[in-house]
Amino acid sequence: MQIPLPLQFVNLLASLLLLVVFAMLAQRRILSLINLFALQGVILSLSTFVVAYSTAQHHLYYSAWLTLILKVLVLPWLLHRLIARLNVKWDVETLINIPTTMLVGIALVIFSFNLAAPISQLSQGITRGLIGIALASVLLSLLMMLTRRKAISQVVAFLSLENSLFFAATSATQGMPLVVEFGIALDVLVATYIFGIFFFQIRETFDSLDISHMENLKDDNA
Amino acid sequence: MIDWQLLALLLTPLLGGALLAVLGSRSWAAELNSLMSFFTFIASVVLTVKVINAGPQVAFGEQFFIDPFNVFLVALTAFVAFTTSLFSRPYMRIEQHHGKLSTPMLHLYYSMYQLFTCTMLVALTTNNMGIIWVAMEAATLTTVLLVSLYRTPASLEAAWKYFILCGVGIALALFGTILMYFAAERVLGEGGTALLWTHLNQVKGQLEPTVLKLAFIFLLVGYGTKIGLVPLHSWLPDAHAEGPTPVSAVLSGLLLNVALTAVMRSKVLVDGSLGTHFAGNLMMGFGLLSVVVASLFLSRQKDIKRMFAYSSIEHMGLITFAFGMGGPVATFAAMLHMTMHSLTKSAIFFAVGHAVQKAGTQQMEHIRGLLQVSPTVGWGLILGTLAILGMPPFGVFASEFLIITTAMHEYPWTTPILLIALGIAFAAIFGKIQPVVFGETTVKPLPHPPALIPVFVHLLLVLILGLYMPSYLANWYRQAATLLG
Repeated sequence: MQIPLPLQFVNLLASLLLLVVFAMLAQRRILSLINLFALQGVILSLSTFVVAYSTAQHHLYYSAWLTLILKVLVLPWLLHRLIARLNVKWDVETLINIPTTMLVGIALVIFSFNLAAPISQLSQGITRGLIGIALASVLLSLLMMLTRRKAISQVVAFLSLENSLFFAATSATQGMPLVVEFGIALDVLVATYIFGIFFFQIRETFDSLDISHMENLKDDNA
Repeated sequence: MIDWQLLALLLTPLLGGALLAVLGSRSWAAELNSLMSFFTFIASVVLTVKVINAGPQVAFGEQFFIDPFNVFLVALTAFVAFTTSLFSRPYMRIEQHHGKLSTPMLHLYYSMYQLFTCTMLVALTTNNMGIIWVAMEAATLTTVLLVSLYRTPASLEAAWKYFILCGVGIALALFGTILMYFAAERVLGEGGTALLWTHLNQVKGQLEPTVLKLAFIFLLVGYGTKIGLVPLHSWLPDAHAEGPTPVSAVLSGLLLNVALTAVMRSKVLVDGSLGTHFAGNLMMGFGLLSVVVASLFLSRQKDIKRMFAYSSIEHMGLITFAFGMGGPVATFAAMLHMTMHSLTKSAIFFAVGHAVQKAGTQQMEHIRGLLQVSPTVGWGLILGTLAILGMPPFGVFASEFLIITTAMHEYPWTTPILLIALGIAFAAIFGKIQPVVFGETTVKPLPHPPALIPVFVHLLLVLILGLYMPSYLANWYRQAATLLG
């Protein structure tokens, strides 16, 4: 079967997205992590543009623009400013070393493709197989949140999780209703802002952004 | 049409949030906060009366949907939000007097309190599964800075944990919502209606079961984090123990209910699509696990607020279990228990708040003999404790009794587990609260008179509902139970 050109393009972008998530998983420099996050935003908005074009759904253009502005420009800019003011550059060590994380990541990808297989068979049009990739990116971002020590890389992981979900929403289902997308975008923006406030509060209190300082709340010494 | 009533309900707290964002540092901000909460409560009563008389309604281009199930929660939420605002007025003044809070922090608190009420009411009334998600996330965002209000290392850690865990949880719920939309799109077509619950409910038989099954797992795990179901509960005791007490009261009494509502809305759809008891079984499993684990943890607690947070996990587990069993009686009992738990648990937190202020610590071993210094706080705490432990004649007894008898009927093997867990919880909580209330005192009087009217109003309501349930109220619950099936 001849695969239509837009679909080929979306598939290409989907695999790029997965690649970027893997790159983020391996990246220890926070500055590069943020740049990778911006790249993820570019891929996301490109794929939304392609889906919008090929399905002729106008509201998807809005969400593509929204992605471009929010996730490629505003959020990376906010994060850059934050790390400049907080003066953090490196996430010293991850909790699990990087090769092991990669192996776990591969296992997660296989798991999510298996999980999504019955669903992928149902989908028509340009969406086949994309749910698997979206689910894999979601799980990989979760893995990244679990393995990072610095608060700021956890937040980038959180945003990457949000990106993967957004990819699922636009590419696999051809866009949620616009009001929902706006709501989600607003939540993400506010969340990032609050994260920013938190960084300052955490550093003021603990003199560091290392979250291993924050493991004192347990039932026994409570 | 209910457009106006609904608009009043949702805009009052929003306006309150905006007003308090500007005027929150005035000396009368606390009174303004209570006033706005009072107006919200009035609006909810008007809406409730309207919906009870006229039946389920949609509003604003079907984006909102009110039926007996959510309107009862709207009324409950607005009521408890109002009484909590009454409680927080003297409570926060005392905290300020003790030097724990400054005026800018109170400013933030009042404004966020109103916005938090608004997000909960939106999550309850919306018809759009996507908007439920947006409102739930917004509810996290408005409360996260309140949990860290004291800026102590412990409270920051609790807030960070709350933010990250609930953020991840709710992201999974979004994936579930997307999957649900994916299934609905194939039946309802693209565009706005494929996320509207009323439309989904009409075509639930045609939705693809494999997709909905997966969607429900994600939704349950996602919103379940917010409900505090074990093993996703670890944020809950921290957030309840470290945040200011009024925040603990509304988190425990209201937010958990709202998250559970979102799960129930999804369950109705999944049940219709699958035609099996899959969703119910999952909920029963999570619920039972929560009841058991929480009751075991209860006996290890030393911090009074932390202990009652575990008690909330236990009760939410019980409610989830009852909803999972399904059927008119269990659903009726679950809703009754939701009401009773909200009223009782918030009353307990009010009493606990003042007790902690008197003792200057949350460690139970240093709070002794409350009855000697202030009989009202002491009686409030001991009566609330007896009520939450399910002693007759309080209403919690009625709902727990209904849940357990239904379980005995439908799933006999669960009854001993539930009874033992409830027994352990009783021994743990009562054993720890008894010396706190009776005996030689160690506590000091307060600089401002405490607010104890809300405590006794809540307990009185729980008592009345335990002794006598008016027939219109019973009808109302029954209608809601039929809707949920």
